[in-house]
This record gives sequence, C-alpha cells and structure tokens, in this order.
Amino acid sequence: MTATATEAGRKPVSMAQALNRALRDAMADDPAVHVMGEDVGELGGVFRITDGLVKEFGEERCGDTPLAEAGILGTAVGMAMYGLRPVVEMQFDAFAYPGFEQLISHVARMRNRTRGAMPLPLTIRVPYGGGIGGVEHHSDSSEAYYLATPGLQVVTPATVADAYGLLRAAIASDDPVVFLEPKRLYWSRADWSPDDPAPVAPLGRAEIRRPGSSATLITYGPSLPVCMEAAEAATAEGWDLEVLDLRSLQPFDDETVCASVRRTGRAVVVHEASGFGGPGGEIAARVTERCFHHLEAPVLRVAGFDIPYPPPMLERHHLPGVDRILDTVGRLQWEADWTEGSGD
Amino acid sequence: MTVLEQRGSRNENYWPAPPPAWRPRVDPEPLLPDAEPYRLLGTDAVSRVDSGLLTELYGHLVRGRRYNAQATALTRQGRLAVYPSSTGQEACQVAAALVLEEQDWLFPSYRDTLAAVARGLDPVQALTLLRGDWHTGYDPREHRIAPLCTPLATQLPHAVGLARAARLKGDDVVAMALVGDGGTSEGDFHEALNFAAVWQAPVVFLVQNNGFAISVPLAKQSAAPSLAHKAVGYGMPGRLVDGNDAPALHEVLTEAVERARRGGGPTLVEAITYRVEAHTNADDATRYRTDDEVEQWRGHDPIALVERELSERGLLSDAFAQQVRDGAEELAAGLRDRMNQDPVLDPMDLFAHVYAEPTAQLREQEAQLRAELAAEAEGEAGSGRGPAHETTGKERP
Repeated sequence: MTATATEAGRKPVSMAQALNRALRDAMADDPAVHVMGEDVGELGGVFRITDGLVKEFGEERCGDTPLAEAGILGTAVGMAMYGLRPVVEMQFDAFAYPGFEQLISHVARMRNRTRGAMPLPLTIRVPYGGGIGGVEHHSDSSEAYYLATPGLQVVTPATVADAYGLLRAAIASDDPVVFLEPKRLYWSRADWSPDDPAPVAPLGRAEIRRPGSSATLITYGPSLPVCMEAAEAATAEGWDLEVLDLRSLQPFDDETVCASVRRTGRAVVVHEASGFGGPGGEIAARVTERCFHHLEAPVLRVAGFDIPYPPPMLERHHLPGVDRILDTVGRLQWEADWTEGSGD
Repeated sequence: MTVLEQRGSRNENYWPAPPPAWRPRVDPEPLLPDAEPYRLLGTDAVSRVDSGLLTELYGHLVRGRRYNAQATALTRQGRLAVYPSSTGQEACQVAAALVLEEQDWLFPSYRDTLAAVARGLDPVQALTLLRGDWHTGYDPREHRIAPLCTPLATQLPHAVGLARAARLKGDDVVAMALVGDGGTSEGDFHEALNFAAVWQAPVVFLVQNNGFAISVPLAKQSAAPSLAHKAVGYGMPGRLVDGNDAPALHEVLTEAVERARRGGGPTLVEAITYRVEAHTNADDATRYRTDDEVEQWRGHDPIALVERELSERGLLSDAFAQQVRDGAEELAAGLRDRMNQDPVLDPMDLFAHVYAEPTAQLREQEAQLRAELAAEAEGEAGSGRGPAHETTGKERP
C-alpha cells in the first residue's frame, strides 16, 4: 500500500472516492492498466471517478477518446489483444448501447472463439440506475442485457468497501467485466480504509448484509440500502428479514442464495430494472428449481415497472421503495400464518 | 487555413477568431485521392517494378486462385459449411499480406482467408471457422493474425486499438485492416478511421471494393466520389488503386505501411476490384449482375495482368509456369487430403473457454452433457434408454 493509504486510516469515504482509489491503485500496481473514455482526462469523468488520474499517470494511461462508444470499446478490444488491461468508462447506462455490438460480438467471446488463446482482460465501467433525477437516457438499469450474454461477468457494488474491492477484482480478472456502478450510491459514505485486511473481494460471491429468519430479500446495487431500510421497518411488524447482496450477477452465487432461502423459506427479489425479462425472473426461477421443497410461498419480485424509464419527476413511482417491498413481503404469508412454520 | 479564417468571408468582422484549440488539424500533405485508380501494369511506370517481386506476386496469385477453387470445391462436398471466395481479388489479399513485417498484424474479414494463408497461416487452420469445427483455428498472437471477423467492419477498431497499444509500448508494429465496400457503411468503419486519425495510430485500412455487398451495388452503398475520399474527412490520406494490379497495390500498401511505421499515421486505401464468383456458395449472383459484366472483369484478371508483364520481360518460361502450377496443385492436394479427414472434436470444449474458470453453473451443465453423452454411448451399445438428466434441488426438507 502507498503512503497516502496508510495516512488515510479509516475515515468517511464516498463510493466515488473508493472507485477512484481502486483505479489509482490498479494503475500503480500494473502498468498494463489503461483508463479510457469520454471526459475521463482533465475533467476526471462526469462523476469524477477518474479525478486526478491523468495528472498522476499521464494522458497515455488515462486518456480522453473521441465520443463514440463502439469506438471506445472496439479500440479497447484491440488494446487488450496486445496485452493491455483497458478500463473503459461508458459515462451513462443508456450511452453504452452503441457499443453493444462490440460487447456482444467480440468482448464477450474473444476467449471462446480463440479456444482460450486470446482472453480479453477488459473492464467496462457503466454508471447505472435511477434516483438521481436524471433526464431521459440517464437512468436505465441495463443489467439484463449484459446477463443474457455468456462470456461477460456482471458485477455491481452496493457498499463503499465493495466499490473498491470489486473494482480491483474486476480489473485483475482475465475475463471481461461489466462493472455497473449504482449512480445514486456514488455519494453514499462509509468509514473505510483501503488498508483493511481484504480490500479485494472475490467476484461471484454474495454477501448477507443483514441476517434474518422470516424471509430473504435478494438484491444488489442501488436497491440494497432500500432493502436494508425495509428490513428495519419490517421489524415493527414482527418480521425478521434477511438481506442478501448478490454483488456479482455473473458469476451467480447459487450456493449463498439457496442456503439463505432454505433457511428462511421465503424470498423476494428486489431490483430497479423492469420485471419482465429482468434478472428477478431468472433469480426466482433458480431459487424455485433449487429450493422448491423449502419454500413456504412463491418467490416474489419487486422490480421497476415494465415501462421505458420514466421522466425524473415520476421516477419515485417506478423505483422499488420500502412500502412496495413491505407490501410484497406481506404477500409471502402464503396460506400459512406468518408467525408459524417460517424458517427451520 | 480553416473556413473561419478565410479572408473576405462575409462574417469576417462579425465572428471573433476561434481559439486555436478549436481549429481542426490541417495536414500539409494532400489527403485527396487521385481521380483515377493508380496503375503500374500496362503503363511505362511498370519498368520500375522489380522482376523478383513480380515473380513472387505471380506465385502467390496462382496459388491463391487454386486455393479459392479448392475451397469452393470443398463446399460442394460438404466439407466446408460456407466459403466466401476471393477469386478475382487475389491481388488485394496477397499484397496486403506481403507488405507486412513479421511483427505486424493482419485484421481479416471472412473473405480474407487467402490473405491469412499468404501471410503463412496453415490453410486448414485458416478454414476452421468456415468448416465449423471452431471459430478460430489458430492462436492469433502466434501468427499476428486477428480472428477472421464475420460482423462487418467490427475488426477495424480492434486494429486501431492494437496499433495504438503497440505504439504506447514502444513496439514497431503496423496493423493492416481489411474491409469490403459494404463494410464502409458501418459505424465501426467511421469510428475506427476517426480514432486512428486522432491517435495517429499506425494502421492501414484496405477497402477491397469488389462492387457488391452481397447483392447491393456500390451506387446504393455510397454517394461518395470514391470510398478513398472518405479518408479526407478524418484527416488521413486516401489512395485509390487498381485492385487487380498486384504491383501497384504492393507499392501503394508499402508506402502506407512505411508511413504508419515512421509515425505518419493511418492511410485509407481503396482497391477497385471485382468478385468474380458469388458472395458465397449460398448466393445466386445471376440475380443481380449480368454475365457480360463478369466477362468484362475476367478480361482484367489479376493473374493474367502479371502474366503479360512477365512474358514481356521474358520471365514466363514454360518450365517456370509449370513449376508455379505444380506448387499450386500441391497446395490444393494437401488441403483436399487434410480437409477430407473428419476433425476430432471434444464436446467438453463447449464449456472450457467461456471464462478463465468455468462458473458453478457451467460445471453443472458440463456434467449434464457428460451424462447425456454417456447415455448416448450406452444407447448405441444397445440399452435403448434415453439420455439421463441430473436432478438438482429435489431434496426434501
């Protein structure tokens, strides 16, 4: 660790700062790591995630590109083919769509099409999700598109420590990682230091953020704080909710998810992305297939409505909130009375 | 001089001069291509072409034509799923490969197997994609040939990125990126050219304009005076060359590669050529073009053109011609023999190269397939049972 890290100690740090620190540490550790994208240089990114990197590492390591997402991703593919580890920024969720062909046709399958001869260690940072009052095309939850593509890893932090640890792990991964950054958590703060014993989190492991026995809320990214709040509020009703943060959607941690649901017997999946064709359907199916005989109720979902992301003045009606989560939890009292027979 | 700087402009006293950073890069060298494609064969300038180069090109062209014919025959025998022939375009393929140094990279599209073979790739490895046993049959790093690319123009930004990465590392590497006329309409083509010019990346873009994107003629593809003209807007030189004139192509591409190598940035080269055969064996070219047109182009055949020059120089002895033909036959016979052997495939490869480490889910699916294969083998041995499926999550509480 560098001197600045040691001096830093534990202090309130925002998720944006932790991500910035992760990029800086990764670049310092490995000269192959190159940051690229629109506005990542002098401006430091529109969310300041790349702040100061150009000063520290020069334009060659952290450079502004022409404004073209397919070009950014496509040239990053070529750079990775030559042995670099590019970290590209897509600026906003819906701005990443012009890059989809490169992502789906090349990034995701270069390892596969070359029979393992040409892995692509590429990290694609995508600020995603709503709740920041963004206008049209600035608030999409696009994780389902990425999840539908084998060859990609899809990772999303919900805590400050995970922002650092998962981004370090993503950059270190020899496979391409779509790293989804929950925009509205950029300014969330936690007491954190990168000197903590295990700052680099392994990809593919879920984390139980709040143990409970009545039901499991399965969630990730921007919905985690909402679920934590819902779990606290539910105690007033006598419900002891477990909150599980997936952290990585691909690889998917069936083991931790199933262990939790088998323990609680009930599950609700919570995410901002639209429900139909969204990750919740896949997760509910997996849980049902694996835990059917442990389930006291169907696996339910609380998701965004099946609509194009709404204008900012209406988004609070669209986003899963505490009340909607609690209402859904109430529906878990499937035939049996809530107080009897839940959990083992 | 930029437009806004022009003296006598009506708004001269109205608009303040823009800050310098806003001005577009104005390259002192001419960027516009010539009005007519550059030619050497049949002109006085051909005398400066080295005889050794002519004979080398001839050997590659004849072998290339034979290779195309053999590969096309293999589609009829069902040995290749598909083959996009480059018959008539051999000069482009051969020249693109020959102008590269060992450390340089080639970025071929699906029609450019011959370029890969001319660069030295095993012809069978070059056909793996088209046979269907795997997508890429070679290690791209070993040969410095990117995987044959099926989506149009998507390999062009890869070439730019790789060339830039090499330059950042201080390596002397040039990338040769191949694309067809249809591919120049794709967004990736434009983004690649723009990035290459902004970064001054050592890349050469070779457009093989063979007149048709499957069935769509160039007039419905682009309204530009030539595809080489597109270079100007990005700030790189465009060159127009007769794509059936192998020494002219060799010269133009050599200049472009040298320019890139010495830090001069990218060049866009448009080679005017013709696809004598259909798009692939699945295409009926008689629906969109006439026999007359094809015959006309046969009269401008890349092999015949070089042959004529070699004869005029007295270099095309019967013995030499026979030697070249024998070499081509040998290539074809070797290809035929090896392609007639069934490839040995391991179904477990399906799961081996998706991620560095297969996920738990892929391991489950691998076990499922293994069980299915075992059941299949058992079935073949006479048990008559269908494939067994593993069950998961059936445990009762």
